[in-house]
Amino acid sequence: MIFTIEINGQAVTARRGETIFSVLSRTGISVPTLCHLAGFTPTGACRMCVVEVEGKPELVTSCSHQVEEWMKIRTHSPRVMKARKTIVELLLANHPDDCLYCDRAGSCELQYLASELNIKERRYRTRNPSIRIDRDCVSIERDPAKCILCGRCIRVCDEIMGMSAIGIVGRGSKSSIGTSYNKGLNIQACVKCGQCIMVCPTAALKEKSSYNSVIDALNNKDLFPVVQISPGVQGSLAEDLGIKGGRDLQNLLGTALRKMGFRQVFDTSASADLMILDISHQLVRDIKDKKKMPLFTSCCPSWVKFIEEYKPELKEHLFAGKSPMLTTGSWIKDHYAGQMNIEREKIFSVAVMPCTSKKHEIAAGKEKDLHTIDAVLTTRELIRMIRLFGIDFSSLEPENTELGFGIRGSSGRLSGIAGGETEAVIRTFYSEMTGQEMVPGKINELRGLKNRKEVKIKIGRTAYTFASVSGLAAARQLLEEIETGKSEFLMVEVMACPFGCINGGGQRMGTDEKALKSRMKALYDADEEEMIKVAHKNPSILEFIESIR
Amino acid sequence: MDNRTEEKSFLLEKVLKNLTGEYQKEQLDKISLLRRDKVLSPVIYIGTGSCGIVAGSGKTTEAVRKYLAEKKIPATIIECGCIGYCSEEPIVDVHLPGKARISFRKVTEDKVESIFSALFSHNVDEDHVLGQYRSILSEAWAKVPYIDQIPFFALQNKIILKNTGHLSPLSIDDALAHGEYRSFYKTILNYTPEKVCDIVELSELRGRGGGGFSTGRKWKVALTTAGDQKYLICNAEESDPGAFMDRAIIEGDPHRLLEGIAIAAYAIGASYAYIYLRSDYPRALTILEEAIRQAKEYEILGQNIFGSGYNLNISIRQSAGAFVCGEETALIRSLEGQRGTPWAKPPYPAESGLFGQPTIVNNVETLANIPGIIEHGPSWFKGIGTKTSKGTKLFSLTGNVENSGCIEVPMGTLLSDIVHRIGGGTKGGKKLKAVQIGGPSGVCLPASNLDVEIGYESLQTVGAAIGSGGLSVLDETVCMVDLSRYFTEFLQKESCGKCIICREGTKRMLEILDGITRRPREESTHETLERFKGVVQLENLAEVLRDTSLCGLGQNSANPVLSSLKWFREEFEEHIFDRRCAASVCRDMRTFYIEVDICNGCNVCQKKCPENAIIGVVKAPHFIVENKCSGCGICFEVCKFNAIIVK
Amino acid sequence: MEETIEKILRKYPAGKKDSLIPLLQDIQREAGHLSDNSILEVSRYMNIPLNKIYGVASFYDQFKFRKKGRYHLQICHGTACHIYRSSLFQAEIEKTLQVKAGQTTKDGRFSLDVVNCLGACSSAPTLFINETPYGNLTLEHLQKILSEIKDTND
Repeated sequence: MIFTIEINGQAVTARRGETIFSVLSRTGISVPTLCHLAGFTPTGACRMCVVEVEGKPELVTSCSHQVEEWMKIRTHSPRVMKARKTIVELLLANHPDDCLYCDRAGSCELQYLASELNIKERRYRTRNPSIRIDRDCVSIERDPAKCILCGRCIRVCDEIMGMSAIGIVGRGSKSSIGTSYNKGLNIQACVKCGQCIMVCPTAALKEKSSYNSVIDALNNKDLFPVVQISPGVQGSLAEDLGIKGGRDLQNLLGTALRKMGFRQVFDTSASADLMILDISHQLVRDIKDKKKMPLFTSCCPSWVKFIEEYKPELKEHLFAGKSPMLTTGSWIKDHYAGQMNIEREKIFSVAVMPCTSKKHEIAAGKEKDLHTIDAVLTTRELIRMIRLFGIDFSSLEPENTELGFGIRGSSGRLSGIAGGETEAVIRTFYSEMTGQEMVPGKINELRGLKNRKEVKIKIGRTAYTFASVSGLAAARQLLEEIETGKSEFLMVEVMACPFGCINGGGQRMGTDEKALKSRMKALYDADEEEMIKVAHKNPSILEFIESIR
Repeated sequence: MDNRTEEKSFLLEKVLKNLTGEYQKEQLDKISLLRRDKVLSPVIYIGTGSCGIVAGSGKTTEAVRKYLAEKKIPATIIECGCIGYCSEEPIVDVHLPGKARISFRKVTEDKVESIFSALFSHNVDEDHVLGQYRSILSEAWAKVPYIDQIPFFALQNKIILKNTGHLSPLSIDDALAHGEYRSFYKTILNYTPEKVCDIVELSELRGRGGGGFSTGRKWKVALTTAGDQKYLICNAEESDPGAFMDRAIIEGDPHRLLEGIAIAAYAIGASYAYIYLRSDYPRALTILEEAIRQAKEYEILGQNIFGSGYNLNISIRQSAGAFVCGEETALIRSLEGQRGTPWAKPPYPAESGLFGQPTIVNNVETLANIPGIIEHGPSWFKGIGTKTSKGTKLFSLTGNVENSGCIEVPMGTLLSDIVHRIGGGTKGGKKLKAVQIGGPSGVCLPASNLDVEIGYESLQTVGAAIGSGGLSVLDETVCMVDLSRYFTEFLQKESCGKCIICREGTKRMLEILDGITRRPREESTHETLERFKGVVQLENLAEVLRDTSLCGLGQNSANPVLSSLKWFREEFEEHIFDRRCAASVCRDMRTFYIEVDICNGCNVCQKKCPENAIIGVVKAPHFIVENKCSGCGICFEVCKFNAIIVK
Repeated sequence: MEETIEKILRKYPAGKKDSLIPLLQDIQREAGHLSDNSILEVSRYMNIPLNKIYGVASFYDQFKFRKKGRYHLQICHGTACHIYRSSLFQAEIEKTLQVKAGQTTKDGRFSLDVVNCLGACSSAPTLFINETPYGNLTLEHLQKILSEIKDTND
């Protein structure tokens, strides 16, 4: 039902069941909020989005109130402004004053609100509680002093990840976001996906930075620093630097990284092609051996951690090969070092990933001893580093950077978005099973921003079902279906972050739907443009396989 | 048929199921025996509510038992609930055959022997006698006042607490003999749920938990909202400091509450009811558990009640200790096994509450009113009280007052009458300063402003609300700044922390008040100005808290401070500018001196001083080192020679 | 202890989330506090994330994560008790027994809690030691009680 309400003296149409907040956004009136998350149940906790509704004694939160026919709303009346200002002032009363040095300077929502509401002095003062910064976890760092308890991280951890690793503990002014018995974040339930960081309005949550160790390595004359870049990084990087993505960025980036002191730049997606080939081989083998299906992908370390901690019985279903980052990493230390005649130990191998969990991956298990990667940087850290080195992309001369490790195909790059890896595997798998190329190679069922995608591929008389899920909550549900026999798949691709690496926990802050769509488009466009669309046709991969045999 | 079974069937078949209320002569005789209106052997009533127990009634009971055993007196002991006069506990009543029931006050264990020995020889201990009950069946005691003539009771009108003190809370037979559950029977037999809602709406009963919304209308919303399973929740999470009316009802007459719950559940179509009981009420828990067990045994609760096909299951859930769970949505979250944080209404629980189903949350007192309304009809109830506030209201009268306890007065009673006539004025005749009404979210009214009627609207005219029903009398020894700080600290501690404004706002408010009551330092006028700015900000904060908080706790959290600021501004100013607390409560502002001429060097104060701020040798006058002294006042309390002086 | 927890768990249907609080209350009653391990057991049994349980338990005053003392003192801080200066009595207890509110002494003998209101306002100020109530406290009386429990050998 559609009716008219009045907003700031103007008539606006609204639908029954809509919240005031959504009507306001549609009308182009923005009200501030610290706890609202699109697509989540409103909690009405931050009270920033309050508006004045004629006839109601108190101010109402626009995020949780539905519109009613008679409503006359004022969104920026003095009463409302006073309330909003007071709330921000209260938060500032014990907020640390280190904005100059803060990771979120410039992208901090609290800072933004303080300036928007014209707060010029600290009217409420209190002693800053000395709270320990939680550095227990290799991927994520928590600074409770900067936390404003908006609860967004909890909702993401609960509703998207289904992990509930962090939650609100204690009550009232003693409440905090934490873990059980206030331990550090190095706990079973945290899969290090970093989605909590992406929604944090302040710097209460951030990645554990490898920034300094990388800078040190770059300045160390004895070391030979090299870097690999994940395909998922580029879209987000381009947005931040305000330049066009695609091939241009690739070349510029190569120049920039060399200027910063990296001796060689590699592209991780070449190894992704290798992984895709391997997965396809294994699928063919498993079908022949009549092995119990499905095969789960294993390139997402958060998903692997989840299986190890909670479903160890499914470990044998995980694809046993290395993740592309580690493959590139060991290739660099084992082969590239030899080619260049450099001692293995002298190579300082850095990986730039859109991911916080990759930091965990290199610190966990066998990799800790193998030491193939020395540091993982998130996209955010790389951006900061580019700024530090004063590199101005607009004046850079793009030079055709040699990519070190082979030619890359588009199929490996597709794995930057959930569903892409499956699509790539299917192309190779089809060709392996039938000896023919799949036409067309594009699989629409696996594209788009959805948490769960499925496709049935008919090869001969048999139909094989492939699935791609992103977000661990969705993955759990799918596991349940598999366990209860409700669904059957040949292969399941799991990405812990919703929609995959384009939305990874290490991406640029302020990733919204628009940004996701453009990153997705960039990957699909690349697939259109790239010459080599299938892993099994990538000559350098074949060459490489040949070389290590 | 043995005696017990026969009694049970008489109570169930002849008393409970008698809709006319007319009995034959022999039935009446039997009832009056069961009700103990007439006794054949001595009956002794001992108040064993929690208040009585703290006052020592447990030991008194033992002493009474011992006395009776020694003297071989065949008497029955009834451990009944509190009649409300808590300051006179332990109260012991004796009902001798043929004589009126007589009540004694402050009967500690050592007093039992003398009082009883005198009484059994028909002499009344005048120091301890409280009064006697009127009875047409027995002879009155000479020169003993009637209970209803004592000032504490004279103005009260007990309709909810009618049977409290007369029946054993552990006996459903007692309850049935006093006519309880007849309204429930009548409801199930004669009325549709709609009709019950109508009756309650017509009675104009309003929620006693603070909101004051029409109970009948609220029920109708739940009744007319579709749902697979509706729930009735009785809110007995009475964690306001200084409020214990719900406890008094449960400990005194649990079946009245169960009956109210049963009728309400029937009215909204709920077959499940929960009692959310405060965890610090162990005795109330025992009593309620037993009451539910007995009601099930008598098939008054359970499946197919009275053959009507209606089922009702009542279970008790103990709260886990969070004041905010008194708020209905927080309470529901807690019942669901979650953190007790309120949600933003709408949706109202009556539409979507416990497990997303239509749910009614009613306060204990509200529900305890229901049986009376069904029994006597809505117009009877409407006849009590004022134009917009009907019925009676329970208050916990506490603080610096001569007579304290739980009282039930009709709406419309003057606040000053409660303090001066029922309460008997301040304790020890000190000067009355204020009355705090409504618990931590309530307000302080000055002594000059007490000529106000009890009622939802009338109290609003002076900025107050009935709230929970706590009523604290404050004399001149109370510091209003300290009291505001106390309530603010309470609310700050109990804020759930969900919404920023309440979590941070109450904290800041407390810090500002802390600043006002903190120890004076060598300070420039600048700091005085800062403190004063703090007070200005208090008002600003309070306004935003009221406007913006998610639930009532936050919205009303500034009430104590604002009302104190309004009526006692000069006390605040005295604290801010003169750094002086006239009532000598704010310990940081007290300076202690030892009067050298009086101090004999007994050394007690030095030993007791927690700060080691007192120096001196035995048998010589001592001294207080001022900058070490924290102003706790322990020395003042322990000095037997009044040598310590506060300045 | 584990057996006790096991026994308590079995009284409640697994996975029925609304019985979480009664379940924790039961454990608290039996064990005196909620240990790290007991919460883990509950988490497994009820299939509720560990952190959620801790979040619920830490919200409510009733749940303690440390053992209570053999003498558990609860001093009431209701309005009436406050007016009758219960904070003074609290200071005396804290000094005599060397225990702060909310804590337990290292030897596990004494613990002190400040409670909201015990509903016995007419006997203010009031104190409970384990189950025994003490009403109308005076400083002298309190000192006597404290020295009695302090001097008993147990």
